[in-house]
Amino acid sequence: MMKRILALTVAAMMVAGVVAGCGGAGSGSGGGTIKIGMIAPMTGDVKTFGESTEQGVLLALEQHKNKAGGYTIELVKGDDRNDPTEGVNIATKMITQDKVKAIIGSVSSKVTIPISEVANAQKVITITGTSTNEKVTMGEKGRKPFVFRACFIDPFQGLVGAKFALNTLKAKTAAVMYDKGNDYTVGLAEQFKLNFEKGGGKVVAMETYAQADSDFNAILTKIAGLKPEMLYLPDYYNKVSLIAKQAKSKGLNVPMVGGDGWDSTDIDYATLDGQYFTNHYAADDTRKEVQTFVKDYEAKYKKKPDALAALAYDATLVLLEGIDNAKSDDTEKIRAAIQGLKNFSAVSGKITYDEKGNPIKGAVILQVKAAKSFKFVETVNP
Amino acid sequence: MAPGQGGKPPALANPSLGGQFNVKLAEQLLNGLQLGFVYALIALGYTMVYGIIRLINFAHGDVFMIGAFLFFFGFNVWGLPWWLALPLSMVLSAAIGMAIERLAYRPLRERGAPRIAALITAIGVSLFIEYFTSLKFVFSANFRVVPRPFEDTRFVIGGLGISTVQIFVIATVLVLLAILQFIVYRTKIGKAMRAVSVDQDAARLMGVNVDQVISFTFGLGSALAAAAGCLFALAYSQISPFMGIMPGLKAFTAAVLGGIGSIPGAVLGALIMGEAEVLTAGYLTSNYRDAIAMSLLIVVLLFRPAGLLGKAIREKV
Repeated sequence: MMKRILALTVAAMMVAGVVAGCGGAGSGSGGGTIKIGMIAPMTGDVKTFGESTEQGVLLALEQHKNKAGGYTIELVKGDDRNDPTEGVNIATKMITQDKVKAIIGSVSSKVTIPISEVANAQKVITITGTSTNEKVTMGEKGRKPFVFRACFIDPFQGLVGAKFALNTLKAKTAAVMYDKGNDYTVGLAEQFKLNFEKGGGKVVAMETYAQADSDFNAILTKIAGLKPEMLYLPDYYNKVSLIAKQAKSKGLNVPMVGGDGWDSTDIDYATLDGQYFTNHYAADDTRKEVQTFVKDYEAKYKKKPDALAALAYDATLVLLEGIDNAKSDDTEKIRAAIQGLKNFSAVSGKITYDEKGNPIKGAVILQVKAAKSFKFVETVNP
Repeated sequence: MAPGQGGKPPALANPSLGGQFNVKLAEQLLNGLQLGFVYALIALGYTMVYGIIRLINFAHGDVFMIGAFLFFFGFNVWGLPWWLALPLSMVLSAAIGMAIERLAYRPLRERGAPRIAALITAIGVSLFIEYFTSLKFVFSANFRVVPRPFEDTRFVIGGLGISTVQIFVIATVLVLLAILQFIVYRTKIGKAMRAVSVDQDAARLMGVNVDQVISFTFGLGSALAAAAGCLFALAYSQISPFMGIMPGLKAFTAAVLGGIGSIPGAVLGALIMGEAEVLTAGYLTSNYRDAIAMSLLIVVLLFRPAGLLGKAIREKV
């Protein structure tokens, strides 16, 4: 018995020693370096989102020469394959092993939500460029103080989609299809329905599917029978291309409206020709910040930046500005500095954070063109 | 029902509403047939392998995926005509299926490993294939778009809409089922397969080369799964290394529902699964699509633990 207690005590001390050792190594390694992590889907169903995100982040860091607030910024990269489990694994590894002070990412709300929970609990800052679900910054117990984003949120995007459908498309009936396992699509779909019906429209069908589904014939046959004047498809480009193709073969030729998940060069332009989606910014916007960014990005990557790149760039700028203003590697101070930003001029608009960590700014409507481009249609303000 | 090109005002009289309902139902049943037939091709592989060596080959859904990729490479990268890419994919996948059996399962069988070891190995093989093929230099984890080799036209016959792809999928499956029927019941190797499924030892004593028969069964099952993969790629035009998981799982469920080990059972189970999914999505709510299909399995197993056509009809292959 005594032996066992002794053994337990020794074990406990060893564990304590290891933990203390870790803590010491983390805070003592001043040397003027702050490590930040970048988590994005570099492979999988939304890989172009990851690529754009990485390019945006790298461009912002390069322009700041990897410096902020007197510290050298070191970037650690991770691929989450758009999978929440994988995202949490990488975030945990970055926080416990790499000792990052902040994480930029991820792209999808479903991945960012669990990451932000983990990071917030460890007082590590998370800034996502593109996760638009409300739950990213708001947890079960209220605001997650260490989490911010560079984009507007789902209710706003659903509202803009509904307003556009009612006022510009003059649609009175709509059918909605969304992935029930994805917080992002659920959020947009619900907000669209709410606002579309508030504005006098009628949602004739709210149909769901799972991420692994490829066959939408049954749902589309049912929807075609209800004869809606438009379809609201708030999923990512891959799924939307698939649904749109099958919708056509079911004889469902109505306007389709979606969210920022459509913003990819891998979207099926031919099938979705003439359809609309809400987005964060338009490359043909004439604001100075946009034009400078587009020029720099094109010089570096030889292509036009999409909204993912713009928002990742903005998220990085926000973080660097926060570190600059805090002049510290203490995440409490950086957090306070970001929360205190006033009209910080970024590519996707002027950023001021509300008490929920969401920036207050407008949205644009883009139209898909078969000639592989997106055309700016109009801006909708909050 | 035809795409609303104005013209006729919608008829609201009662009889035509009833007619419309029936046409819609027929169209949904057709959707279910397409889905169920694709499941059936995969389910056949599960059921044949189980019938012969009592192994649930979890890697089967991944052979389906490989089949789809080989088809894609065949006509999109190697430049073959698509009608040649399909049988080629079947042949290559059959070889891969046989290789899996030879490398992963036969060594276990020869050493008399318990059945659970073979099952776990099957799961391992499945994960290996999924993650190996999602490496950058193999297929990579990205989705690929498979261009349609022929235009998908929608025909409307008396209000009933049917597309070229649907006709092609259903016709191909019918042809393959006929070929399978012929192989199993009209050829020597088919006879040997049936013999092995009844009693392996007795079959061996009668001079049947059991290992060869098992290998052939894997090849046959894999070829059918590959065909399903090709049809899937044609119909939905998106493929990825993880595409086999869900159809594989559903086909396995279908095989169990119909009575695992029974060939007609697999087809019946798959058709029931396909129709159940489609009708749930079409007339109840798409929210419970998979839940209802799976509940169906539980209910059937409660009353017929061996599945619909299992055991009672002793026709295992």
